Amino acid sequence: MQAANLFLVTIVLALVAYVLGYARSRSLATPLGGIRHLKSLPFYYGARAALWCGIPALIVLGLWAAFQGKVIQLLVVGSLPAEMIPDSEGAASLLLSKISNVASGALPPGFAEPPIVEAAERLTALRAQSRWYMTALVVAVAVLAGFLGWIRIQPRLNARAQVEKTLKWIFFACAALAILTTLGIIFSVAFETIRFFGKISFVEFFFGTQWSPQTALRADQVAAEGAFGMVPLFTGTLLISAIAMLVAVPVGLLSAIYLSEYASRRVRGIVKPLLELLAGIPTVVYGFFAALTVAPFISNFAASLGIDASSQSALAAGGVMGIMIIPFVSSLSDDVINAVPQTLRDGSLALGATQSETMKKVIFPAALPGIMGGILLAVSRAIGETMIVVMAAGLAANLTANPLESVTTVTVQIVTLLTGDQEFDSAKTLAAFALGAMLFLATLALNVLALHIVRKYREQYE
Amino acid sequence: MNTMNTTVTKEAAMPDETPVPVQEERPAETIIQEGATVGTPFADDPKFKLRNVEVFYGQDRAIKNISLDIARNEVIAFIGPSGCGKSTFLRCLNRMNDSIDICRVKGDLHLDDENIYDPKRDVVELRARVGMVFQKPNPFPKSIYDNVAYGPRIHGLANRKSDLDDIVENSLRKAGLWEEAKDRLDATATGMSGGQQQRLCIARAIAVSPEVILMDEPCSALDPIATAKVEELIAEMSESYTIVIVTHSMQQAARVSHRTAYFHLGHLVEVNETNKVFTAPEHELTESYITGRFG
Repeated sequence: MQAANLFLVTIVLALVAYVLGYARSRSLATPLGGIRHLKSLPFYYGARAALWCGIPALIVLGLWAAFQGKVIQLLVVGSLPAEMIPDSEGAASLLLSKISNVASGALPPGFAEPPIVEAAERLTALRAQSRWYMTALVVAVAVLAGFLGWIRIQPRLNARAQVEKTLKWIFFACAALAILTTLGIIFSVAFETIRFFGKISFVEFFFGTQWSPQTALRADQVAAEGAFGMVPLFTGTLLISAIAMLVAVPVGLLSAIYLSEYASRRVRGIVKPLLELLAGIPTVVYGFFAALTVAPFISNFAASLGIDASSQSALAAGGVMGIMIIPFVSSLSDDVINAVPQTLRDGSLALGATQSETMKKVIFPAALPGIMGGILLAVSRAIGETMIVVMAAGLAANLTANPLESVTTVTVQIVTLLTGDQEFDSAKTLAAFALGAMLFLATLALNVLALHIVRKYREQYE
Repeated sequence: MNTMNTTVTKEAAMPDETPVPVQEERPAETIIQEGATVGTPFADDPKFKLRNVEVFYGQDRAIKNISLDIARNEVIAFIGPSGCGKSTFLRCLNRMNDSIDICRVKGDLHLDDENIYDPKRDVVELRARVGMVFQKPNPFPKSIYDNVAYGPRIHGLANRKSDLDDIVENSLRKAGLWEEAKDRLDATATGMSGGQQQRLCIARAIAVSPEVILMDEPCSALDPIATAKVEELIAEMSESYTIVIVTHSMQQAARVSHRTAYFHLGHLVEVNETNKVFTAPEHELTESYITGRFG
């Protein structure tokens, strides 16, 4: 049986264990005079039996699924004749993929050497065997542990405490999974980044003003010497983010002020969801809006004024990105402004302040730290945004502050470096990881700063 | 107490005033005559002249045909069970009800013969003349100095820094806070004790030189010592201001006010000299309330 099916079977077994455990606790309670003589409710006895049945079986299943591939590989390679045993890691993976191709029928047996065909047969046999062992073991563990859990149900057993404790660990495992994923991402990026800095010096990467990662793929190929200076990319990112924030902050903030202070409840109920709809539009849609509508408009308009403008401009990408970010700023600011106590508004209005004076002198200063936090979160969103800039900002790594020129950003370069054919030992591919690491650090720093500011704000009214 | 009668008003008046069931011998509606207030609701040459005032929250009539005069430089206390409309009525006097969408006010409300609810009336000017102190101390999260200077600044009352300094000092002195605050004017106001904060709010209201000060249960969030200080302050302030105070404490009403108005279910039942209200109330509902039979 496949691991996924087996997982479903285990769940069904656990449900059966639940029903049986529930029934057993009730039948034990009946002679005592009702379920109030049980230490816990029948639900907890059932849940306890289900946990006993499910958890060990799932652990066995998980371990088996995780290690069977590696073990089978070792067995297959070990059975090869001595002269075919690969000497390098690369050759080994080549050989293994050839064997599995033969086994899956993608490569007709006639095209492979006899030992490989043999190994492929052995691989198929081992896989089938492994599936049988796995099925048998998992079902056996589920039934046995479930039975143990079931038979040990006693009226005096505090099943509730045990179930609660187990649930706590299950929740913890879910939280840990998210953290482990983040750690995994960090490590995968970090190792490649270190390899990149083995090829390209820190100084060139951080201070170089040239970015042209096209390097020769073969020794005899005629190609430029690659240049890996990240300065033009980060200035491009900063330029576009700055344009985006110039659009998003005033519009978002003022609409938040309108929504929270001026709009009637009815208008607010309509406008707020509409504004938040902007955040729900896929970025690729924004991308072609920027590339096909806004960018030509800007370049035509600039041309009519006699200014030279590129057909792909930082202004188009940044402006559209700003529109996309408006709901981030407006929603967060709206929440923060609403969190300012009504008593402060009343206090100011009762002194004869107008609504706008109250906003300017009392509400806004009180909400400012929270608003700053929201803006910083929006900035980190802008820095990490990819699709719009890929489509509208261009690929040319110009070191410029002119928003009408085409620039490129860190994210765009990562995309271009990692799409298509790659080889993982060239500086060109590894550069993507170095850029990713820098981007990660930058947005992480912004997020930490934003959270810090928001938390500081929260303490003020508690 | 033979029949238990519960009368619940659906008044949505103040969010912090939840209506409570009222127990009495007969339903209040049969005792109260709408618009007929016993005692002395009227005065010669009043500061506020309020006639046939009605307040609606949506469909609910929260204030039912109230007529009342508030004399110059008097301290008048509004008392009554929770949800009786006293805070709502108070908030009509400086139009603080305006910010509630569903609230409508009907009737003639005059401050020195000027219509308060004239559509052309500037509420900013009205509120500069009619200051307000709230139930919960609500200093702005600014320095003590900036809190007091807030009103004078928005109304342009001081041309020079030294004028502003004088206003701040005088206001704090009048609020009895100068000695405690003079060395920490730049400290943030939210760091003060509750009683100090409330006196700061009074100083803040005084700083714009209002003619009237409305107080909405100003001591309900304060401890007895801070309460005593605020009451002392009210007595001093009554020389120069007209003060309208809503209170849940009958002792407080008895201590600080000249006249007392008793509200019940949106009706103004009785207005009389405070002494008389607490010793010989004219209306049986007033008597029930002050003797603690409900409320």
